[in-house]
Amino acid sequence: MEPVTLSCAELSTRELNSALAELSDGASARIIEPWGRHNLAVGLTNRISVEIEGNAGYFIGGLGDGPDVTVDGFVGWSAGENLMSGTIRVRGNASECTAASAHGGTVIVHGDASSRTGISLKGGTVVVGGDVGHMSGFMAQAGIILVGGNAGHGLGDSLYETAIYVAGTIASLGSDAQVEELTDEDVLTVKRLVATSGFDHIDPEDVTRIGSARQLYNFDALSAQKY
Amino acid sequence: MCGIVGLHLKAPVLHSRLGELLAAMLDCMSSRGPDSAGVALFDEVRPGRVKLSLHATDDIDWDALGRAIAEDIEASVEVEDLGDVGVLSVEAGVDRAVDSLRRHGRSLMLVGTGHSMEIFKDVGLPREIIARYGIEKRSGYQGVGHTRMATESAVTTEHSHPFAPAADVALVHNGSFSNPATVRRRLEREGIRFDTDNDSEVCARFVARQMEQGADLGDALHMVQKDLDGFFTLLVATGDQFAVLRDSFACKPAVIAETDDYVAMASEYHALAGLPGIGAARVFEPVPEEVYTWSR
Repeated sequence: MEPVTLSCAELSTRELNSALAELSDGASARIIEPWGRHNLAVGLTNRISVEIEGNAGYFIGGLGDGPDVTVDGFVGWSAGENLMSGTIRVRGNASECTAASAHGGTVIVHGDASSRTGISLKGGTVVVGGDVGHMSGFMAQAGIILVGGNAGHGLGDSLYETAIYVAGTIASLGSDAQVEELTDEDVLTVKRLVATSGFDHIDPEDVTRIGSARQLYNFDALSAQKY
Repeated sequence: MCGIVGLHLKAPVLHSRLGELLAAMLDCMSSRGPDSAGVALFDEVRPGRVKLSLHATDDIDWDALGRAIAEDIEASVEVEDLGDVGVLSVEAGVDRAVDSLRRHGRSLMLVGTGHSMEIFKDVGLPREIIARYGIEKRSGYQGVGHTRMATESAVTTEHSHPFAPAADVALVHNGSFSNPATVRRRLEREGIRFDTDNDSEVCARFVARQMEQGADLGDALHMVQKDLDGFFTLLVATGDQFAVLRDSFACKPAVIAETDDYVAMASEYHALAGLPGIGAARVFEPVPEEVYTWSR
């Protein structure tokens, strides 16, 4: 079936998202002339594929529960924010807060992702081919973050149960984050993500696993005495 | 939330389009702040002349003011009458021109002075301010703009950005400082005078103070990181420099596009999307705590 073509030059964001929401499962759509438009392909619950041909703005594919969204360009803040299921693939770089609070689904960034990637992740999967900025994985609760390049300062600060894998260097770990032993299960997980993303520059056996030291889980009534 | 934009034109062929390009960028950022807006535009210096950008709250005869200043200091004065805004080009030094203005136009608000800089700012939407002062028709080699959503002080012309703390210096800020009162008290002890209780004005005057003491713009912004605490994306322009700085948290957005012809900065990419040759530009997000400067 021919993809439906929708132009940001002709349609408001609301009109465009309504048109996407009306498509039946299996349909595909092209969004042209995005010019950094925010909120494209948000809140979709149908199983469609959407190709955004150019640079897009904030919250691309946010709240999605089903669709596969590809951006042939870079995106602004919070791509895949609160994603429930489906895939968002960004062929360029992503700005801050990529996949913030994503409950499910997969966000793949071919370039670099900026600060706070995967902040408060709740079960989604984030794969970044390049580097991630500072405070990535902050308070991430569940799910997986795989970084093919280097990680900035404060990685995994106040981490809960998200597993973070980094192929390159880590500028510094945040509070309560620790390097953990890479198990066979971890290697299988990374292998699977390398296959999904196509980022074959990542060697699944040569990544650093970061997990939570779980020292911040409970309030420590005696902590004041340490000072 | 506020929106900031800036354009530093390297290619002289674009100078005639400065106002048109910057106006479109600023209008695009209206969604980030509809309270008030302003621009600082830098055009080639006319030797021996200084420009006073003025704002009147009551009816004023700009030509009469120009004549009064001309007689007072025996200098040529050219007047641009834009209703509540007037720009006087005075053939004199900054101090002499401002002294005379204080004698003859005491009730006027001086929003900026400079050999190359003009400032237009007011309460209202960017598109209203752009239309009212004919921004699109203005030329120059660089400019900065701001559209405001006030969070910490009043919505008035004085409180709007850009802040011009010294001749040919304009600062726009997105964010909020947490220790402006402390820094302000220190500056006041050093004899620095303030026009408003706005936190961004504290930063602007802090930057100007560092430069007055010999720092270049880059050094002054490094000092901002040491002494001012809070959230900020700053864009500062001087007669020959253009600089961007984000705080260590970098929670206020910024994106920069650079080509052989220009450097453009905006809070969000879509403000840059209409610039000529943007498709081939190097587009990047300035990293936290790094001072980016360009000089002409």
